[in-house]
Amino acid sequence: MAGPAKDTKVAQERAALTATEMLKDLLVTAFLATAIFGPIIGLKTTSGSGTLVLDYRLGYAAAFIAITVAVRLLILLYGAGRSAAQGRSTAAAQAIAAPTRAAAPIDWTKFLAPLLLTLAIALPFIAMLAPQMERRIVDLGILVLTYVMLGWGLNVVVGLAGLLDLGYVAFYAVGAYAYGLLATRYFPQWLGEGILPWAFFVTLPIAGILAALWGMILGFPVLRLRGDYLAIVTLAFGEIIRIVLINWLSFTGGPNGISGIPRPSFFGLPFDDSPGGFAATFGLESKPIQRIVFLYYVILVLALITNYVTMKLRRLPIGRAWEALREDEIACRSLGINTTNTKLTAFAIGAMFAGFAGSFFATRQGFISPESFNFLESATILAIVVLGGLGSQIGVVAAAVVIVGFFEVFREMDFLKAILPEGTDPVQFRMLAVGLAMVLIMRWKPRGLVTSRDPTVYLKEKKAVSADLVGEGHG
Amino acid sequence: MSKTLLSCRGVETFYGKIQALKGIDMDVPEGKIVTLIGSNGAGKSTLMMTISGAQRARKGTITFDGTDITKMPAHHIARLGISQSPEGRRIFPRMTVLENLQMGSTVCDPKYFDEDVNMVFNMFPILGKRSGQRGGTLSGGEQQMLAIGRALMARPRLLLLDEPSLGLAPIIVKQIFTVIKQLNEKQGLTVFLVEQNAFHALKLAHQAYVMVNGLITMSGSGKELLSKPEIRAAYLEGSH
Repeated sequence: MAGPAKDTKVAQERAALTATEMLKDLLVTAFLATAIFGPIIGLKTTSGSGTLVLDYRLGYAAAFIAITVAVRLLILLYGAGRSAAQGRSTAAAQAIAAPTRAAAPIDWTKFLAPLLLTLAIALPFIAMLAPQMERRIVDLGILVLTYVMLGWGLNVVVGLAGLLDLGYVAFYAVGAYAYGLLATRYFPQWLGEGILPWAFFVTLPIAGILAALWGMILGFPVLRLRGDYLAIVTLAFGEIIRIVLINWLSFTGGPNGISGIPRPSFFGLPFDDSPGGFAATFGLESKPIQRIVFLYYVILVLALITNYVTMKLRRLPIGRAWEALREDEIACRSLGINTTNTKLTAFAIGAMFAGFAGSFFATRQGFISPESFNFLESATILAIVVLGGLGSQIGVVAAAVVIVGFFEVFREMDFLKAILPEGTDPVQFRMLAVGLAMVLIMRWKPRGLVTSRDPTVYLKEKKAVSADLVGEGHG
Repeated sequence: MSKTLLSCRGVETFYGKIQALKGIDMDVPEGKIVTLIGSNGAGKSTLMMTISGAQRARKGTITFDGTDITKMPAHHIARLGISQSPEGRRIFPRMTVLENLQMGSTVCDPKYFDEDVNMVFNMFPILGKRSGQRGGTLSGGEQQMLAIGRALMARPRLLLLDEPSLGLAPIIVKQIFTVIKQLNEKQGLTVFLVEQNAFHALKLAHQAYVMVNGLITMSGSGKELLSKPEIRAAYLEGSH
């Protein structure tokens, strides 16, 4: 009996880690990290004009300290989550062993989403603190958010409805080309140049509808397919779209793509130094970063809309039918669910979000070509969904940050050159690192980073039940 | 004689070239329990799937309350009031017990949901205790109860049960059969029961059919069949 009793005690100690204790622990971590990294990384000697000159690299040092604290925080949170789960399973044993209940551990997962949202909203302002990095940070934020949005869109198809789609990038391309072609060719013809500042906002719904339509066009022939077979057909569909884009020279511009795609305006006010521009209207100094920050908030809002719609749909009959379809198609039919419509709506809604993201991509880049929509994109988005945990919204965010962020951060790691062999660049290792990250995630979290699934319906008496359980602690 | 709710006339079903049903004639009268017994591979489940629309009859007609449902899509058939607890239970493993029940109520008005959930939880109290638990973590017996409960959430006129006793402990089998009997007696629910466990099924049934190699070879009341020596020899030796 000694063994289990000891385990229980350990679990209790870890569960009892309160917010203040956690804060203390983090402060100690930060202090130690400063002591170590401050001198080692923060100071650099360079030989200038015969003497050694001390250089300060406080940015690097701060980055290392921040990473250390973040990792420590993750370890603490993970430990707390685990011991809370353990605690539940040994609730009875605990009740006997400890009549006095320790302070309830904080449910960190509940705060994770608001925390991330706050961080996402504040990111451009945080980036302002480092003026020379500002542009790169916001650009990286835009990139990550684009993938978060694509991941959330694909999550409807793969995560909720369980339809393995390897050609998702096709809908992304449809959205991008819809905006590219309408804004550069057709809008000026049909509506005149005056529409151009508004082109993005006018095209966004059109691109979504077109992509959704293509989602249904793909959906019809594959209605009876599942699993591997569905994967192959969707893969082919993605390639067909790309090859059509390359070869239909007169319409798409072929491999040359479409250039000169209008940049978005601040609801009609262009981002330039003209008198009627955004900066002049608000009495600001015109800076290129203003447009980037605006783009950042556009993709943030688009991504949040994707998330909101998906979460709402999950609680409606159609969303529940998606999940049931993923679980068991035959059972669905015998319960009166129209599986044809269920699949088509999943394809259409997933594709619609990709269409929105595609429009955004076109306006951000100003140039699109079929090269941007190759299979690697589909694979990356799918990897984000699978690594994040099928059907989990927060998991997609985590995986997008890991995969895309990791990929891009490698460009910045010049300091790694010190430890790498002569003549190699850290950038060359990024595929290796991403691959390694995938292998590690699949090894330790085979069902993805976030595996929990929130039920969409609860019993009304739930409160009474939980009150009983709480009462147990006093016994 | 009560009116016929479901009737099959000359139903033939094929899997590719293999004929599984060779012309089935069968009637399910309203408010009765009708059972179909037979050995493995006789075609019992095929008939069940043909009725619910998961398989298509190549010949013959199936009518439900006067409507021809032979070529109707499966989800339309379910909406007419035929609800099924399929073979192998087929509950949704990652969804909770309550969500499974909610999926069962897809075809009816959401206003009945609370009432029907209470009805199912009264019938199977263990499901009430497990309402927030994932379906896949239930025991076999609990899953079977959930499959039946889910089928009942659709407020069916005809309940199709495919081998509800499969792989369950005798005491659970008894509990499930008691519930089926109560449903029929108290609510007047029509039940079509496919079983290998012939002894329990025949004891329960008002009307019984025996299927061998895709053909109905014998029919009669449950008691009649239970007393026939050939039935005892073929299906009941070693049971009870």
